[in-house]
Amino acid sequence: MSAQAGPVNTPAATGELPRVRDVQTRRNAELALLGFAMVLVAAYSATIQLTMFDTITGNFWVPAAVLSVLFLGLHLVVRYAAPYADPALIPAVALLNGIGVAFLRRLDLAEAPAAERLNFPIFAGTGGRQLAWTLIAVVFAAIVLLVVKDHRAISRYAYTLGLGGIVLVLIPALLPGRFSEINGAKLWIKVGGFQIQPGEFAKLALLAFFAYYLVRKREVLSLASRRVLGVDFPRGRDLGPVLAVWAVSLLVLIFEKDLGTSLLYFGMFVVTLYIATERVSWLIIGLLLFFGGAYAAYLLGASVGGPFANFYQRAEIWLDPFSDPYVDGYQLVQSLLGLGSGGLFGAGPGGGQPTKIPEVHNDFIFAGIGEEIGLFGLSALLIIYLLIVQRGLRAGLAVRDSFGKLLAGGLAFTLALQVFVIVGGISRLIPLTGQTTPFLSAGGSSLMANWMLIAVLLRVSDAARRPVDASVSARPSGATASAPAQLHGAPTEVIKP
Amino acid sequence: MAGDFVVEVARIGFLILLWIFVFTVVGVIRRDLFAGARSSRLVAAPRGVGASTGQQRPAKVKRGRAAHQLVVTAGQLAGTRITLGDGQITIGRAEDSTLVITDDYASARHARLVPRSGQWFVEDLGSTNGTYLDRAKVTGPTPVPLGVPIRIGRTSLELRP
Repeated sequence: MSAQAGPVNTPAATGELPRVRDVQTRRNAELALLGFAMVLVAAYSATIQLTMFDTITGNFWVPAAVLSVLFLGLHLVVRYAAPYADPALIPAVALLNGIGVAFLRRLDLAEAPAAERLNFPIFAGTGGRQLAWTLIAVVFAAIVLLVVKDHRAISRYAYTLGLGGIVLVLIPALLPGRFSEINGAKLWIKVGGFQIQPGEFAKLALLAFFAYYLVRKREVLSLASRRVLGVDFPRGRDLGPVLAVWAVSLLVLIFEKDLGTSLLYFGMFVVTLYIATERVSWLIIGLLLFFGGAYAAYLLGASVGGPFANFYQRAEIWLDPFSDPYVDGYQLVQSLLGLGSGGLFGAGPGGGQPTKIPEVHNDFIFAGIGEEIGLFGLSALLIIYLLIVQRGLRAGLAVRDSFGKLLAGGLAFTLALQVFVIVGGISRLIPLTGQTTPFLSAGGSSLMANWMLIAVLLRVSDAARRPVDASVSARPSGATASAPAQLHGAPTEVIKP
Repeated sequence: MAGDFVVEVARIGFLILLWIFVFTVVGVIRRDLFAGARSSRLVAAPRGVGASTGQQRPAKVKRGRAAHQLVVTAGQLAGTRITLGDGQITIGRAEDSTLVITDDYASARHARLVPRSGQWFVEDLGSTNGTYLDRAKVTGPTPVPLGVPIRIGRTSLELRP
């Protein structure tokens, strides 16, 4: 900054300035934060052992060390492939992922016979499997970063991705229940003891398609409107796509019996629509449609039953979990009791009884962790989610093309909505639905999809923060631009001389 | 007894460490965490106002302050910032522009910003509706001081240190 005060004889009458200092990539800050996060994970494991065994075994640091090596590898890939990417994303996600692995391992320890606890193998049990899944997920994220050199390239495959997304959503609905149903929700593909949750990947593909579609249609969706009660409402004929997505998400609700996923898809579309058009009316229409649909499903479930019965039952549990605390309401009651007994500061890592909560590995992991670290710790985790979402939205604000804006904004919002749906579910703010808690829950599909989501956010934030000359400066100013970055088939524009 | 004490310290220590981590992350991203709020304040800052009330270039700007960012302060892209390098910045509706503005009053290739020996110049590329530096229409390459708005259609841009 101070260098130019020197003898350089600039046309400095104006004194503004010229030479550009190197833009900070902040990669070293990322590395330091990553180290901090891993120290936290090791401290968490150590505290767990201290509380459970009254001693610290020599291997408490091993999962944290394995994760450190893994994330260090990802950090190096980012240094090479996306040097200007946001420095806060990877450490924040790494911390959540690490705490998830450590907590799942803690559950394994609680369930293991006492004799085996002190020497529990690293890759055994749910925690070990989660560690292995993390490895695969991080490799996937690295591959996404290395293959997708420019996020705008994704828009070229938008229709393929959209079709793929719909197919992925529909597969579990069409498969017979024994291949796709777990705990009443048909969200899975089960092949020979192996399960994947295609919906997790579908949300990424669908979002890329939404972003592309809306970039092309934003003008017509945002310009033509009628004004009612001071709010601009779109014309009836422009409602087509939003109604179509609404219908699809209701079908998901009915045939896959999963409110969370359906809320996720619909919310994702409405918010991308809102980002594209800046019309509050879309949010109003979206909320009305969703609540109307959910309420109708509830009434139908009460009277007709059939495909709506599952949703009706969940809503009833939500309204009064204590009416049947040992059967229907058991999960939710245990979750609430766990959170309640954790109180403000929790029972301490390793000091609670998370195994009392059913499904504490998956849907209820937040309640299990909450019992041990209390509201004080849970709020920190929620703020870390908030920061991840904020970095995503920030990347969307700063990036220079509409597709990137919609993609980053939509992905960040999707993550936020998913956290809201599951945390709201286990704390009885909304009816409980089977969403995974991003980065914490046991499960390979969720982990892989969410790491890929983070990889795309890193890619967009790299594009947003990269100085322009790195990629564009060589272009002649005139009409003969070399290979424009082939965006979403933009209409040809006549260039004036 | 001593064991309980150690466990208690570890438990509380972990929670404190967790929050220290949160604040460290916030510290790292603080610079642009509240960038929206800060930039709107800068727009209204006296320097810009002084320039628009007829004073010439803001000579008050200290020498040696370099423009490192191009910030969109009004229009659909408001909030977008481009980190400046050594290359020129093209602005227009064409998709290969550095800054692609979807503004009904902008041309496909509307204007460009070029660095020349340490000074950024704005140049109109024969746009239909013109480019304005503050209130003055840009006819040839014109030096752009820091914090003075370049207006293109409904979009405003400024150089920032």
